[in-house]
Amino acid sequence: MPIDAALKRDLQAKAVQVRKMILEAVHTAGAGHVGGPLSMVEIAVALYFKMLRVDPKNPQWPDRDRFVLSKGHSCVALYATLGLKGFFPTEEVNTYDAINSRMQGHPDMTKTPGIDMASGSLGTGCSPALGMALAAKRLKKDFHTWVLLGDGEIEEGQVWEMAWVADHYRVDNLTAIVDYNKIQQFGFPKDGNIRHRVNPLTRVADKWRAFGWNVLEVDGHDFDVLVPAMEEAKATRGRPTCIVAHTVKGKGISFMEDDYNWHAKVPNQDELAKAYAELDVQRPR
Amino acid sequence: MAKMVEVRAAWGDALLELTKTHPNLVVLDGDLASSTMAQTVAYSAPDFFMNMGIAEQNMMGVAAGMASVGLVPWLSTFACFLTSRALDQLRVTVAQPKLNVKLGAAYSGILTGKTGKTHIDVEDIAIMRAMPNMVVVAPADAVECRLATLALTDMSGPAYLRLTRDSTPVIFGEEYKFELGKLVVLREGKDLTIFGTGVQSVRALEACDLLAQEGISAHLVHVHTLKPLDVEGIVAAAAKTGRVLTTEDHTIIGGLGGAVAEVLSQRRPTPMRIHGLQDCFGESGPNDAMLEKYGLTAKHIAQAAKALLGKAC
Repeated sequence: MPIDAALKRDLQAKAVQVRKMILEAVHTAGAGHVGGPLSMVEIAVALYFKMLRVDPKNPQWPDRDRFVLSKGHSCVALYATLGLKGFFPTEEVNTYDAINSRMQGHPDMTKTPGIDMASGSLGTGCSPALGMALAAKRLKKDFHTWVLLGDGEIEEGQVWEMAWVADHYRVDNLTAIVDYNKIQQFGFPKDGNIRHRVNPLTRVADKWRAFGWNVLEVDGHDFDVLVPAMEEAKATRGRPTCIVAHTVKGKGISFMEDDYNWHAKVPNQDELAKAYAELDVQRPR
Repeated sequence: MAKMVEVRAAWGDALLELTKTHPNLVVLDGDLASSTMAQTVAYSAPDFFMNMGIAEQNMMGVAAGMASVGLVPWLSTFACFLTSRALDQLRVTVAQPKLNVKLGAAYSGILTGKTGKTHIDVEDIAIMRAMPNMVVVAPADAVECRLATLALTDMSGPAYLRLTRDSTPVIFGEEYKFELGKLVVLREGKDLTIFGTGVQSVRALEACDLLAQEGISAHLVHVHTLKPLDVEGIVAAAAKTGRVLTTEDHTIIGGLGGAVAEVLSQRRPTPMRIHGLQDCFGESGPNDAMLEKYGLTAKHIAQAAKALLGKAC
């Protein structure tokens, strides 16, 4: 069941804006990640502009839904989304990585409004998300906790410690989303070809299922399936849900897509202009 | 003869006491509650207890998430698993964001019930002292452990409590007032100042008696809070005698000795000796044999004191 057409147009427009903000911030900083942030854009936009109960004017609202970006190195995408949502001025995103900036290279909850948990060392964000969900049950609060993991990140053992404990306590107010873009920083050669690198993790959905989770597999760039999956995850009772979101690293920019070189490469002026031109074409009419 | 009580048991009892006044307290256990004595809470206040399984890295992160929502989690596992196994999680999700997580570090030091080198943690103070935002406390006995547990629960931010396994003499009376961050003078003296921490302070007290028999008057100071350090108190205690010996059930690198040396070298350079484990790991063995082999008995402390004073041992 596709989502409301007007909502979809709005989300798509925001996704284009977020992608431009990501590229501009990394270009301005002369550092940062590109491929991973671009692959999570629709996920972040769907969460903040459709799913999450948050108040940008009151970032510490105790009853807000929680979001943990466990793949912390992709935080520039979250900063852009939080800026658009009104947690801080959108121009501030361009201070990304600058000295004294609230837009740190990896998420710092003590500095940035709207960041619910520190992360950056891969795997470490998922357990705090479980802690928030368990705390909500203990405190009888009805907020939902979402955690976004990278597919490379789930190579970390801590993720699977979290997965079984969440299953043990039947934590149904927690949803994990895997940004399954199938490429990591250096990656593993595909078919022996060192120039073509992939994430070696396969059967990702099976792994979460084996740990007792409700698993939904969707196209992570298609709001028509992504938003309904998020709604189903939130409504599922008795066990946690994992949404395996199939995505494309560097999504939206033809020369960045599926290229591990763009994991953390900085676009130059020319590349930025080309990318903007491609994004302008994608803007919904 | 002093009453003998396990410091870990006092910790478990203190947690149970806290459940009556602190509805937001929760004890997270790494499946060692029968060793750490967090089982006291599991049996008597089960709603305040959650087993997180043999998965310390996840447990540390769960505690961080709970603290971010307003709970006060106390972790129950061995010191080595908190300070080594789950160190990255502790650093990134507890210490850096200054979250209100309390670390119950059981089985610290070399007396760990014949567990051997893996479960003996003699580096924990050094690791935890180096961690920004961390409060580090090593109580000397069961009375002080209870008071420290209450005090750390009521302060905001991450804290590490160093617990020991076996019964040790109770040196503080019911009138004892524990003040976080303030050292305690256990014995007045004039010939040298001995700084101790944790249960080693009790062995240092015994050493003072041995020294007194030889006409040496030792000024004994117990440093329960290793961070933040009572800098003025340390300078004053060193100035009182002009000679300083530190003693600890911990490696001589980065622990109490390091902390005191950092203060005195910059504030009041004083002739000093650091007594403790000689940059080595432990092994398994009975307590008496372990203390003897690793040189942590009262006799060894007294010998170190005499060496500092230039007297023959």
